[in-house]
Amino acid sequence: MKRYSAFAIVREAARHHLGWQRAWTSPEPRASYDVVIVGAGGHGLATAYYLGKNFGITNVAILEKGWLGGGNTGRNTTIIRSNYLQDPSAAIYEKARSLYETLSQDLNYNVMFSPRGVMMLAQTHHEVRGYERTAHANALQGVETEFISPSRVKELVPIIRLDGPRYPVLGALWQPRGGTARHDAVAWGYARACSDMGMHIIQQCEVTGIRSEAGRVSGVETSKGAIGCNRLGLVASGHSGVLAEMAGFRLPLESVALQALVSEPIKPIMDVVVMANTVHGYMSQSDKGEMVIGGGADGFNNYTQRGSFHHIEETVRALVETFPMLSRLKMLRQWGGIVDMTGDRSPILSKTPLDGCFVNCGWGTGGFKAIPGSGWGMAELMAKGHSPLTEAFSLARFREGRFVDESVAAGVAH
Amino acid sequence: MLILNCPYCGESADETELAPGGEAHLRREGPESQDEAFESYLFHRSNPKGVHFERWRHAFGCGKWFIAARCTATLEVFGTYAAQTSCPPQEIVDKISERRPDRRGASGS
Ligand SMILES: Cc1cc2nc3c(=O)[nH]c(=O)nc-3n(C[C@H](O)[C@H](O)[C@H](O)COP(=O)(O)OP(=O)(O)OC[C@H]3O[C@@H](n4cnc5c(N)ncnc54)[C@H](O)[C@@H]3O)c2cc1C
Ligand SMILES: [Zn+2]
Repeated sequence: MKRYSAFAIVREAARHHLGWQRAWTSPEPRASYDVVIVGAGGHGLATAYYLGKNFGITNVAILEKGWLGGGNTGRNTTIIRSNYLQDPSAAIYEKARSLYETLSQDLNYNVMFSPRGVMMLAQTHHEVRGYERTAHANALQGVETEFISPSRVKELVPIIRLDGPRYPVLGALWQPRGGTARHDAVAWGYARACSDMGMHIIQQCEVTGIRSEAGRVSGVETSKGAIGCNRLGLVASGHSGVLAEMAGFRLPLESVALQALVSEPIKPIMDVVVMANTVHGYMSQSDKGEMVIGGGADGFNNYTQRGSFHHIEETVRALVETFPMLSRLKMLRQWGGIVDMTGDRSPILSKTPLDGCFVNCGWGTGGFKAIPGSGWGMAELMAKGHSPLTEAFSLARFREGRFVDESVAAGVAH
Repeated sequence: MLILNCPYCGESADETELAPGGEAHLRREGPESQDEAFESYLFHRSNPKGVHFERWRHAFGCGKWFIAARCTATLEVFGTYAAQTSCPPQEIVDKISERRPDRRGASGS
């Protein structure tokens, strides 16, 4: 694979851009692989990448029923932060955030990581106490955050209204090294690097069944025929429950729609990410100038990738109160993704009742930020059978009551 | 927008009038049950891509709980019925087998 560089741009410009290589190959599946990953979203691709990079396991296929990055990875609002409350969460999210810092260099692919700062507004006294507690926890975990005053909020976000009648801004939890990245580029960068290591990314290949022999996984049935494997990773976000059923076990998950929307592009008005969790709204401005807006998840089981209009209405209504100038903006597009929600709002990275079969799911509304850390931990789990990063996120925690409870801490968990 | 018919007051209620309550027909486990069964009762959900039986409350109407049979892949509603049942009524089961002939097992959850 030829590397991308400033020199390559000049070279290709000089020959009418005829020399660019395809970023990844599109092979037909082999009869079997050492490892098969189901789902070419960020988490599946990152798992494969670190299997190759950290453990030398490259006889890997990543099977995707649609196109790579077409699931939630290509539908999210790209907020990256690691200011969680519980230690295991801080560990995996901060691992991910720190890997994001150098991911473009590591993958030789510009993922446009922009550590512009993430601000979580405290709009009730309860939230003030909660975020002060999180800031203290983060200090102990080595995650750089700070609780800031309303005047500092105004300094960082001049367009904000501090004294809204219903939800005044009382302060904020500020993570200066949080930010955003280009979602597609994260999927594409990992895919290119995986393909470069000789792995097979097979798109338009839906897994329809899971084979086992004597309680151990032996392969999958797909729309492109049967494919054997020694180890199987199910990394399918909203569809994890459907795959678990094929493998003969159930997961503590429910799939619901989460929506986002963007406005028409405008001149730069806000150079940080702002989240308002009490009112379920958050916003950042993309490089194109669009305001990228998201809200809370819908309440009922849904696989249609379409959400309900009134949720968008609630989100926009709340944001207009805090950012009055938004009321003049036209909205351009709206879309939904199917997110996999666990009861404690923490992910599942775990062995399963089927030997050799692992799951990485339950990232719900907030897994984009975790992609590099999750792939790192999941690869270690699949290669060695255990990983310090994933230990607390096993399926056993539900039976044992050892939740990693982020539902109270985060309110809304993007 | 999802519209469900409340079996008590007969209103066609849109989603903003209703509060979702998750999977229906879960069997409650008591103090004598095994850990596995209790774990399953509390956390495991069938979460199907297809026919789903689920609890709803007519929150901004008569306030009562009822059950809806709905398809999570198309948002088609097969019907609603009173919550005081341990399995769906025959007419709903029939409607589902008519609309989804390939579906395995037409009972609850
Ligand atoms: C609107 C929205 C906003 C969000 N905002 C944020 C945010 O700001 N910050 C953040 O950190 N997170 C956010 N998230 C969450 C984040 O997008 C997800 O947690 C993350 O992208 C999950 O990645 P994944 O690789 O696990 O899943 P996906 O990207 O969904 O990939 C799973 C893949 O599996 C494939 N698949 C499923 N079933 C099969 C099968 N049977 N055979 C083959 N392939 C199959 C799917 O087609 C899909 O491509 C948001 C999500 C949404 C929907
Ligand atoms: Zn009613």
